[in-house]
Amino acid sequence: MTKSVFKLALLACATLSVAACAGKKPEVVTPPPAVVEQPATPPAYTPPPPAETKPLSPTGPVPGSQQDFVVNVGDRVFFDLDQSSLREDAKALLDKQAAWLVRYPAVKVRIEGNADERGTREYNFALGARRAESVSQYLTSKGVVPSRISTISYGKENPIATGADEEAWSQNRNAHTAITEGAQ
Amino acid sequence: MTYFLKRLKHFVFSAFIAIGPLVATHAVAQTPLRGEVTEGVIAPLPIAIDIESSGSDLGDKITKVVMADLERSGFFKPIDPNAFIEQSVGIDATPTFASWKTINAQALANGVARVDGEGRLQVDFRLWDVFSEKQLLGQSVTATPENWRRIAHKIADAIYEKLTGEEGYFDTRIVFVAESGARGKRVKRLAIMDQDGANPSYLTDGSYKVMTPRFSADSQEVAYMVLREDSARIYVFNIETGRQEAVGQIKGMVFAPRFSPDGSKLAYSVAQGGNTDIYVMDLRTRATRRVTTDPGIDTSPSFSPDGSTIVFNSDRGGSPQLYAMNADGSGVRRISFGGGIYSTPVFSPKGDKIAFTKQSGGRFSIGVMDAGGGNEKLLTSSFLEEGPTWAPNGRYIMFFREPPGALPSLWMVEASGRIERAVPYSGGASDPAWSPRLK
Repeated sequence: MTKSVFKLALLACATLSVAACAGKKPEVVTPPPAVVEQPATPPAYTPPPPAETKPLSPTGPVPGSQQDFVVNVGDRVFFDLDQSSLREDAKALLDKQAAWLVRYPAVKVRIEGNADERGTREYNFALGARRAESVSQYLTSKGVVPSRISTISYGKENPIATGADEEAWSQNRNAHTAITEGAQ
Repeated sequence: MTYFLKRLKHFVFSAFIAIGPLVATHAVAQTPLRGEVTEGVIAPLPIAIDIESSGSDLGDKITKVVMADLERSGFFKPIDPNAFIEQSVGIDATPTFASWKTINAQALANGVARVDGEGRLQVDFRLWDVFSEKQLLGQSVTATPENWRRIAHKIADAIYEKLTGEEGYFDTRIVFVAESGARGKRVKRLAIMDQDGANPSYLTDGSYKVMTPRFSADSQEVAYMVLREDSARIYVFNIETGRQEAVGQIKGMVFAPRFSPDGSKLAYSVAQGGNTDIYVMDLRTRATRRVTTDPGIDTSPSFSPDGSTIVFNSDRGGSPQLYAMNADGSGVRRISFGGGIYSTPVFSPKGDKIAFTKQSGGRFSIGVMDAGGGNEKLLTSSFLEEGPTWAPNGRYIMFFREPPGALPSLWMVEASGRIERAVPYSGGASDPAWSPRLK
């Protein structure tokens, strides 16, 4: 490219010199044509990176999942000392459990009755069985098909609170609704 | 399972022990010496034990086990052998009674241990009343050398029987639940050991939770509950063969097993539809019979020694109390009337008493009452304790105690409540069951 520019410039100079020498009358000087650079070969085209579209990660559990049930519904109801009748707060939570279970009919649950340590082992198995049955019956009354529910009592064998005071015992008097199959 | 079967075999099949009378070197006294119990206070009897052996430490080891057995009974105060003046009595000699009187020994048991030409361990011993200077007992006990502890327990039993007038209980075992791990993640394994905590071995591997083991009358079988994530079942474990078998195909949760006195039947609870009732199964025919039908909780059945009566725990009257009924379920009557909550009733081996757990004032106690109710007496008290089991002689009750936030451990209390001892086992332990005396 440099070479050809140089040649054009030389030619223009020669033409000017001839005209200038031939007459007195100065001729209108024609400006030299603009020099345009022409690339020899175009550079390879690089496409811009494509704009990726991804779904946002969910802000909560997948609907119908075990996590959905635990987080958005609640999987445990609590009982008073030596009682298996459902408290109002338990009924409110079980209403939500029943609605969720009706919405996800493939889900099966096991109701696990638990007792605090302030009773003897064998009696507490019986007490836990009663608590599990209370929950099972309530869910059934709210439209959950009985064949989707099984029950077991863990007595005082599976405490969730390990303290040795009323605060821990009240936590351990519960019925846990465990999803055994069919969750998302 | 083989690792513990080997151990079991060793104590089940090679445990034959022969006992024969020694020829008396002295007239046997007609009136045995007794530990004194006056006004509810036990004055333990000072006793010297000296089993010798030449060329081995077996004599010393046997002496220590006999001393520990007698001491733990609460009725004896074994004298430190370092205090002995007469160093070696000789099995065919008469003791120098004056030297034993000097150290205030009221009884002396001396003997010699030796391994005979056939490789069997033989211990000859004599029991003397130091003050009347009379022989009370002379026996020869033989077993294989690895069973030296059983020989020691047999000697302790003979001494205890002669001096207390009651059946011995040292040659017995405890089946229990060995507990480990944090609360909420407890590992519970079926385990067995001698009554003094020696020779512990596990019968299950801890992959599932085992609870409430109970011995059959011949102590060869153990019924217990297995709790899994989705089931509660009863199994029977045969100690002799190592076989374990689920008992029946029973719908619902099955727990609280207990053998009938002749071992032919099993009483247990079934929880179904939230209601817990008591059933009795004939173990040969597998025929089951429901013996309670009350909508209340009926659990923890225990047969009387003659098999005619079942005592159990029920909340049919509102709070958990003790009830008795005929073994067929008829004639139900309440037998506990004190304030508080009652559970885990167990008939004494003689059938005259019932041991139980009572909760009142925020504490747990082990107590006894008459078989028909009444004469209630609480023997112990703590934050949490339960699960009484009787020694075969009806003199002691073992149970477990769980302090706040700690692993449970085994304890025994004398039936009048005057003697309370920790059972020597180093790990966590619950749900003890005391075997009958070994054959």
